[in-house]
Amino acid sequence: MIKRDLVIVGGGPAGMAAAVSAYENGVKDILLIERDQYLGGILNQCIHTGFGINYFKEILTGPEYADRFIKKIKDIQDIEVSLKSLVVKLTNDKTVTFLKPGRLETVKAKAVIMATGCREKTREMIHIQGTRPAGIFSAGLAQKLINIEGLLPGKEVVIIGSGDIGLIMARRFALEGAKVKAIIEIQKETRGLLRNVVQCVEDFDIPFYFNHKISRIYGKDRVEKVSVMKVDDNFNEIPGSLFEIKCDTILISVGLISENELIEMAGVKIEENKTSVPGIFVCGNSFKIYDMVDSVTEDSILTGKLAAEYIMSCK
Amino acid sequence: MKLYDVIIIGAGVIGTSIARELSRYKLDIALLEKEEELAFGVSKSNSGIIHPGTQNPPCSLKGKLCAQGNFLIRKISKELGVDFKEVGELIVAFNEAEIKELLRLKKEAEILGVYGLKIVDRAWLKENEPNLNNAAVCGLYAPTAGIISPYRFVYDLAENAIRNGVEIHTETKVINIIRVDGYFEIVTSKELFKTKYLINAAGLFADEISKMVGIDDFKIKPRKGEEFILDKKKENLTNHLIFPLPSKISKGVLIIKTADGNPMIGPTAEDIEDKEDLSTSDSGFSKVLLSARRLIPSINDKDIIAYFAGLRPVAGDDFIIRHEGKAHGFINVAGIQSPGLTASPAIALLVADILKNNGLALKKKLIFHAHRKKTAHIFASPFSKTKKLIKKDASYGDIVCRCEMVSAKEIKDAIKRGAKTMDGVKFRTRAQSGRCHGSFCATRIMKIMAEETRMPLTGITKRGRGSEIVKRDRATM
Ligand SMILES: Cc1cc2nc3c(=O)[nH]c(=O)nc-3n(C[C@H](O)[C@H](O)[C@H](O)COP(=O)(O)OP(=O)(O)OC[C@H]3O[C@@H](n4cnc5c(N)ncnc54)[C@H](O)[C@@H]3O)c2cc1C
Ligand SMILES: Cc1cc2nc3c(=O)[nH]c(=O)nc-3n(C[C@H](O)[C@H](O)[C@H](O)COP(=O)(O)OP(=O)(O)OC[C@H]3O[C@@H](n4cnc5c(N)ncnc54)[C@H](O)[C@@H]3O)c2cc1C
Repeated sequence: MIKRDLVIVGGGPAGMAAAVSAYENGVKDILLIERDQYLGGILNQCIHTGFGINYFKEILTGPEYADRFIKKIKDIQDIEVSLKSLVVKLTNDKTVTFLKPGRLETVKAKAVIMATGCREKTREMIHIQGTRPAGIFSAGLAQKLINIEGLLPGKEVVIIGSGDIGLIMARRFALEGAKVKAIIEIQKETRGLLRNVVQCVEDFDIPFYFNHKISRIYGKDRVEKVSVMKVDDNFNEIPGSLFEIKCDTILISVGLISENELIEMAGVKIEENKTSVPGIFVCGNSFKIYDMVDSVTEDSILTGKLAAEYIMSCK
Repeated sequence: MKLYDVIIIGAGVIGTSIARELSRYKLDIALLEKEEELAFGVSKSNSGIIHPGTQNPPCSLKGKLCAQGNFLIRKISKELGVDFKEVGELIVAFNEAEIKELLRLKKEAEILGVYGLKIVDRAWLKENEPNLNNAAVCGLYAPTAGIISPYRFVYDLAENAIRNGVEIHTETKVINIIRVDGYFEIVTSKELFKTKYLINAAGLFADEISKMVGIDDFKIKPRKGEEFILDKKKENLTNHLIFPLPSKISKGVLIIKTADGNPMIGPTAEDIEDKEDLSTSDSGFSKVLLSARRLIPSINDKDIIAYFAGLRPVAGDDFIIRHEGKAHGFINVAGIQSPGLTASPAIALLVADILKNNGLALKKKLIFHAHRKKTAHIFASPFSKTKKLIKKDASYGDIVCRCEMVSAKEIKDAIKRGAKTMDGVKFRTRAQSGRCHGSFCATRIMKIMAEETRMPLTGITKRGRGSEIVKRDRATM
């Protein structure tokens, strides 16, 4: 079994910042494990601007923000990066098992930082009635299809929920010539950033329905329409308010959930950036959902430092 | 035009079981399916339980075939390399009156030949099913109940049938059947077929097929069942399949263990009209959750990651399996509601018998390939085995679906073995069926499919024509 001082799981902004910070605080033997073929995490598909305002005092795109950290990581010899490597198991004795093309490896670390990011809530989690045809996407998947793969998911779009990714995708679809027919938000107001409301929705005249919810999805092979109802403050239907919107695509943008199944399955509990097991840390969006990547970076720098202190104290 | 000995309409678990059974004999056989892939009808959406034979009237055909099927499936699943797990089931009683019912069920099942049944008391339940509601007073334990992946079973049956000479035609919808000189001419959406014997295993549409040969004495009524799947991290929620006492029209809402590890709760039972209505509903959800919590109070709705509905093809109370004297050579295998999956191997034997009794010579082939190599699944392999697989082929280590741990190699294999759609890949491998629903891996799977099949990305569908995933390629705009 290979031994390492520090293993970091996840090479998004959180994992990268934690790696750099741990190094700067004295750790010289670091393995950064990333599932994808690139470092950068979700930022790679966020080609819009608005990143780095707090941390770099500059307005950057997602990939530009990520690049600044990728360059740093590449310059530091003591950080080894393993790409295309999926961690499949963490145990509470700080052993990490991962798979990559051609290999299954187990590493025992003095400390582990989990920086596995988050995933989007799905249609299934908010229980929308109706059929399950093609044409239902999480907003992030639609973002990846357009920005990374160059594919347009649909032409007449209804967006459920007004999280930032949904708002950004409203504009992205509009720019691609698709018609965004509605954003349906069950709450009185959006959770999204004001700048996204203005720049992504108002500027494109996209209808915003607050206090509304989707009551059913229709369509056998492909989405055909949705029915929508107005709701009161307790989310109950206002009688007579039901109407339908024809569309071929539905985006779900109802929030993010931390990816911490590995921690959970190891029987470890999250307590702030630390966990119930000394030496296992968690940071970035797998610790809690941050609105801005700048805060992820700050959180992770702190975590890198905590991990370094822990490792030093072991010696 | 080629003259077949036997044509089977419908490639669900019943049609493929019959095809595989008949492929032992020197016969020209074709299986016709209207969908783009096999098992896209009722057989894809059920509970995946191999019932022991309890909860059936003792002199019913379905009861008899269920008990036989439970026995036969053990050998077939070994031959085909599909996992069958004998997990056992518990039917739970909450009061004195229900205990009486349990005893009646036990007696009826024993008449059918179900063995190993025993009544277990509260202490047994506490020890063996710690999450079960404390209010349960006793249970009927049936150790022979098991679980199987219903779609992988169909795909493996079909693959083995093909190996033994059966032709399978997908996207071939039967539109009309004409009697010519004692043969059947079958008009389909593709070509014309001609056969001596014709087997109707068309599931929900068996009444319409039967009507085409002039036999119109039954109607298939869909009975909808909604099911809800829990996250794999709850795999050990229960140790057995857990049943309440059955109602008149169904076995009630169950706590199901699945071959893939995810627990499942459901199904509902609701008679509907539309044979294509697979929608799920809020009312179905609340009902299932309420009933499931009566058995396992700790079930959390936040752990539900997916749901679906299936339609049981109901024609009265029992299966209809018979040769139709009015159209010699035509065999109806209709109304195969639950426990049709369990009964499928027994139904196949019965149909072979019916063919023989009606003049078809069944001569064994010299060589019948009974066995098929087991498909490897990383999610089901211990690390030691995964290591060996990766050594054999590096791309077993290239994980595409991170929630369910499915490798690029498994996805390529599934495509080589016949997956043509995203759902086809999902059913064969589990990729996209985890907690993120393909948000992370859908694009990678699409690219692998495009590479392997030379299909453009815009041509990739969820489950056949009309369900294309994306609308267009930006490069061509
Ligand atoms: C679709 C989407 C769009 C977003 N858009 C924005 C936006 O526009 N602006 C904004 O500020 N924030 C956005 N966010 C929030 C964003 O997640 C954070 O700002 C930031 O990317 C979080 O950094 P992170 O490193 O914690 O997570 P991530 O960027 O998600 O990085 C986690 C990394 O861990 C890897 N990983 C996960 N599990 C494993 C494993 N088991 N083994 C190995 N590697 C693993 C992943 O591949 C990924 O590279 C978005 C989030 C999502 C899901
Ligand atoms: C919710 C639910 C739960 C269940 N749970 C269980 C269980 O746990 N255990 C159990 O034993 N059983 C269970 N069952 C029952 C079991 O699923 C069915 O009995 C079985 O799948 C029926 O298989 P089939 O091959 O007859 O039907 P299908 O799988 O529907 O096959 C019929 C095929 O015929 C095709 N077809 C139809 N018309 C035409 C045409 N004109 N031309 C060409 N092809 C055509 C269809 O596309 C279809 O693929 C359950 C059923 C439901 C709905």
